[in-house]
Amino acid sequence: MAERRSPAAAFAGRFETASASGALRLAELPFLTQLNVRVDPASLAADEVAGVLGAPLPTEPGTAVRSGELTVAWLGPDEWLVIAPEGFRYELLRKAVADGRGSVVDVSAQRTTLLVAGPRARDVLAHGCALDLHPSVFGPGRCAQTTLARTQVVLLPQQDGFLVLVRSSFAAYLAAWLLDAATEHLL
Amino acid sequence: MLLIPCPWCGPREEAEFHYGGQAHVAYPDDPSALSDEEWARYLFFRDNPKGRFAERWSHSAGCRRWFNAVRDTATNEIHAVYRVGEARPVTS
Amino acid sequence: MRRENGGRIDRGTTLRFTFDGSEYTGHPGDTLASALLANGVRQVATSVKLGRPRGIVSAGGEEPSAVVQIEAPFPEPMLPATTVELYEGLVASSLPGQGRLATEPDPARYDAVHAHCDVLVVGAGPAGLAAARAAAGTGARVILADERSEPGGSLLGTHETITESEPDDVLGPQEVMPGAEWAAATTALLDGLPEVRVLRRTTVIGYYDDNYVVAVERRTNHLGAAAPADVARERVWRIRAKRVVLATGAHERSIAFAGNDLPGVMLAGSARAYANRYGVLPGERAVVFTANDSAYAAAFDLADAGAEIAAIVDVRPAPGAACAAGARERGIEVLTGHVVTAAQGDGQLSSVLAGRLRPEAEAAVGERELAADLLLVSGGWNPVVHLFSQAGGTLRYDEALGTIVPVACRQAVEAAGAAKGVFTLTGCLADGAEAGHRALEAALGTAVSERYTPPRATTETPTAPGTAFWLVPATDYGAHFVDPQRDVTVADVLRATGAGLRSVEHIKRYTTAGTAHDQGKTSGLLTTAIVAHALGASVGELGSTTFRAPYAPVSFAALAGRDRGSLHDPVRVTALHEWHVANGALFENVGQWKRPWYYPREGEDMEAAVLRECAAARQGVAAMDASTLGKIDVIGPDAAELLDRLYTNLMSSLAVGAIRYGVMCRPDGMVFDDGTVIRLAEDHFLVTTTTGNAAAVLDWMEEWLQTEWPTLRVHCTSVTEQWATVALVGPGSREVLAGLAPDLAVSAADFPFMTWREAEIAGLPARVCRISFSGELAYEINVTSWDGLRLWTAIMDTGLVTPYGTETMHVLRAEKGYPIVGQDTDGTVTPQDLGMAWVVSKKKPDFVGKRSFARADTARADRKQLVGLLPEDPGFLLPEGAHLVAGAELPEPPVPTLGHVTSSYRSAALGRTFALALVSGGQGRAGARLYAPVGGVLVPVTVTSHVLYDPEGARRDG
Repeated sequence: MAERRSPAAAFAGRFETASASGALRLAELPFLTQLNVRVDPASLAADEVAGVLGAPLPTEPGTAVRSGELTVAWLGPDEWLVIAPEGFRYELLRKAVADGRGSVVDVSAQRTTLLVAGPRARDVLAHGCALDLHPSVFGPGRCAQTTLARTQVVLLPQQDGFLVLVRSSFAAYLAAWLLDAATEHLL
Repeated sequence: MLLIPCPWCGPREEAEFHYGGQAHVAYPDDPSALSDEEWARYLFFRDNPKGRFAERWSHSAGCRRWFNAVRDTATNEIHAVYRVGEARPVTS
Repeated sequence: MRRENGGRIDRGTTLRFTFDGSEYTGHPGDTLASALLANGVRQVATSVKLGRPRGIVSAGGEEPSAVVQIEAPFPEPMLPATTVELYEGLVASSLPGQGRLATEPDPARYDAVHAHCDVLVVGAGPAGLAAARAAAGTGARVILADERSEPGGSLLGTHETITESEPDDVLGPQEVMPGAEWAAATTALLDGLPEVRVLRRTTVIGYYDDNYVVAVERRTNHLGAAAPADVARERVWRIRAKRVVLATGAHERSIAFAGNDLPGVMLAGSARAYANRYGVLPGERAVVFTANDSAYAAAFDLADAGAEIAAIVDVRPAPGAACAAGARERGIEVLTGHVVTAAQGDGQLSSVLAGRLRPEAEAAVGERELAADLLLVSGGWNPVVHLFSQAGGTLRYDEALGTIVPVACRQAVEAAGAAKGVFTLTGCLADGAEAGHRALEAALGTAVSERYTPPRATTETPTAPGTAFWLVPATDYGAHFVDPQRDVTVADVLRATGAGLRSVEHIKRYTTAGTAHDQGKTSGLLTTAIVAHALGASVGELGSTTFRAPYAPVSFAALAGRDRGSLHDPVRVTALHEWHVANGALFENVGQWKRPWYYPREGEDMEAAVLRECAAARQGVAAMDASTLGKIDVIGPDAAELLDRLYTNLMSSLAVGAIRYGVMCRPDGMVFDDGTVIRLAEDHFLVTTTTGNAAAVLDWMEEWLQTEWPTLRVHCTSVTEQWATVALVGPGSREVLAGLAPDLAVSAADFPFMTWREAEIAGLPARVCRISFSGELAYEINVTSWDGLRLWTAIMDTGLVTPYGTETMHVLRAEKGYPIVGQDTDGTVTPQDLGMAWVVSKKKPDFVGKRSFARADTARADRKQLVGLLPEDPGFLLPEGAHLVAGAELPEPPVPTLGHVTSSYRSAALGRTFALALVSGGQGRAGARLYAPVGGVLVPVTVTSHVLYDPEGARRDG
């Protein structure tokens, strides 16, 4: 039987070719666990969620915290995105918000994760992102929901680049756009 | 391209937002108690001032929160933004 | 004529180019204009209306005359020759006022980039360089944009020298250096700072709200055919700046006199730039016509470079002392209190008539004829206030300066140097440095003690005040040109004022002055002055016309950038897309989605393929990719309450495990969306929406939750792409499902209509819903989108299932009378109009839209209602959108319409064509005959119920 397939799987080869020069690294990080968590940050449930995650839910807009292999990104005043390795079990998390105290929705396949890293990563994204991506204002520890080219994304700056989370149906468009935007930066 | 200060995310490009018309037009408590004319006023009538106007915006491509802004319709200057449920601030 | 030496051109390299079929040579550093002048070419264009010969007037982007067509390497119309950098193999031709668009697609790349900075400085002349230097000192983020190939601005076209005020890390110990050298050294320093970006060949074209500034960088245009294909030819810069300094300089303006459009008539400062920057003498014997001192410097530089200056004609009683002395030294005759009454020549300038200006006389008379092939004109200098004005800044006419200057702006911007009316070099350097420092402090929000001290000009010549002189009085104004690009003369302006026009905006539109590609950079204020003269008003009272973006022409290709072809608009695809492509599907655009439309087999046209797919769904088994349906998880103790308020029908009574169809209306009672609601748990629903409304429905829920019902404990999360959905349809679907899910009890009793089950399908965890959009026994199988292709492949591998597309889906649903929101509805249709009164709850005290159903309008008997139509000719397919009329003959227009066809198909099941339509009072017209005017013929149709197939619903259990 056929294997499961990630949204940007068809671009793996082109991403690899584009990454050869070292100026840029493009890759899909497929099948990561992504959970949409909704809970009142002032509630006991939020404390329980923090206990399960091993880190407090970030309450400052546009920030993200790391806890071991987990990243917890602020999406709204009562909304977070937990990014975890493939196969992450979230029963405890669900339990923490049970009984009407919040919600945990598995959105792992709703978006895929693209890595845009390397010395030219910021320049490539600047072709289509109106946010100021300068490390002094948008470095590790920040996150943003915004638009890149003509699609919505979640951006998570890393030490050496960015994670770009994009809706699965837009992944092929965005992959093609990134490769096109990279053209001049690979010369 | 306006830079609209989302009360949560800070200044973002206008293209990330969705316009929601006049603010503080509440859904009537009991629509069935309204006359046709009163209901029509709720449905169809909105202010259209030249100058400061309290209006609703949603940061649709960002945090998806609705908020209110006092914008000068003549200059596009945004004099205040405030969260849903908060009173309109005095902006002179 | 090229000078022996001098100029910022590389004489060691020769570039060949062609103009109007003749071959010429020039050098790197030349513009097409300077190279043409160097080769003695005087006429480079013909005027648009009058066909008059036209030459080169300026040395920059303000050029009002020398507009040419580039023919090779890629055709581009209407470029000022003064802004085209010369390159090897350039082919250009003169234009009769209008250019020709390329007939072939532009092969070049164009792109865009966003940038952010603390301080943006526009213009890299003396003021701009000093501003950038002052702003960049402390590591601030600075962008300096300049439209020329080389920073320096006016410094490149003069011989002015400067010295630092104190020892400096650029200039070193106190030393006198040419301004151009200082510009190069300062630019090199700025280039070396990590947070500073110097953009050359970059024209700022627009200044918008919140300091959003758009510029176009011409990156490879100057390389001609040697431009690398992978490098964007032009780049649009979208800049957000905390502060902006506009050091945009000033444009010299002309004076209205007879024949002022003749080739050989040139702005004085531009002639000076040709001599100094390009090493070109634009003529051998020149007359200078001026109302200020600046033209003397031009005259002296040209004289020193070897040109003969026949005379300086100065309207003032006397020039400044230094100017008078300079003229004396060089033996140049100065005719004070004189004007040029006419430029004369056949196709180009050969002589100039000058005469005394007598204020009492109606017209100035030419008393002396001076032989000349060049006439330098200076009517004064206009600060380039375009961007300041676009930013919302106010302007005022300064009587002393005789020009318009910036006043104030609510945006974080200020003008500096000549752009605000400072016309001395030392003044510009100091003003720029101060503006740059102010901008830096404002951007950082803190005082900065470290301060850049700008250099000063070594010899600041004393200047006498200029006089604002616009018009040489004459009896005939037919050749006094105001706007040569539009062939507008003083006579035309006087005709406008004579017709009663008073506003400069109206006169601009009436005469077209200032509306050409140069947007009146050199002519705008002159037009105002002529109007003021005619009306006896002051220039300040009338003001200028509005400055609008773009400052300079921009190609559409640059604005389009990379948003072309497949990147023009995102294409959304499902997890099954690759299979559809590999299996020959044709696609339909639904919003941004590509959905399989139908899957033609070899030799099949659309009609045959759709009839086959429909037959498979009605008689066998067929499957469709339904992944594009919107899906929203609605979770919380108040989830049922939220859905009760938003749907017209009751959702709280839905049992866990069951599914219900629902309709949402706007408060006005009109249908907004429809779909199914699945109750997964007491406090957990999954809502599906139409493909096109997925985002809108989620936004709708959030809007009500956040703004009206914040106390409801419920959260909504989009899961549209979490799931891949396959609709398995047809009387044989149960058997196929049973084969794929051996552990699932599939009998009608075990798995009833409108319920769902968790199951393993083809080994994949899945949720199966027994719902039907076709009237047949049908299932919708949901797996994670990662597994979508595996599920679909497993279904197809049974060999029993026919894939079908959206066209078949449409036919099947229309046969059952199921409306498509947005196709059979248009925002004016209630659920009752659709024959779905049953979906509107009578029990609920309120829901969004309920109150509107009590309005008289929604109860009108003549509302347009959904009906079925059967054309009397069963083979005739009505066009969607066709109108419907009552009579067999059309009355005189306007013809009253009863409604229109919303959906129309050929039905395999009915063996004929049919349609759905919205018809006035349609529900009472069953059996009536109406007519559809199609192609001049009235096609008879019979009104029926909108449910045409299996009205009893007998087929849904298989």
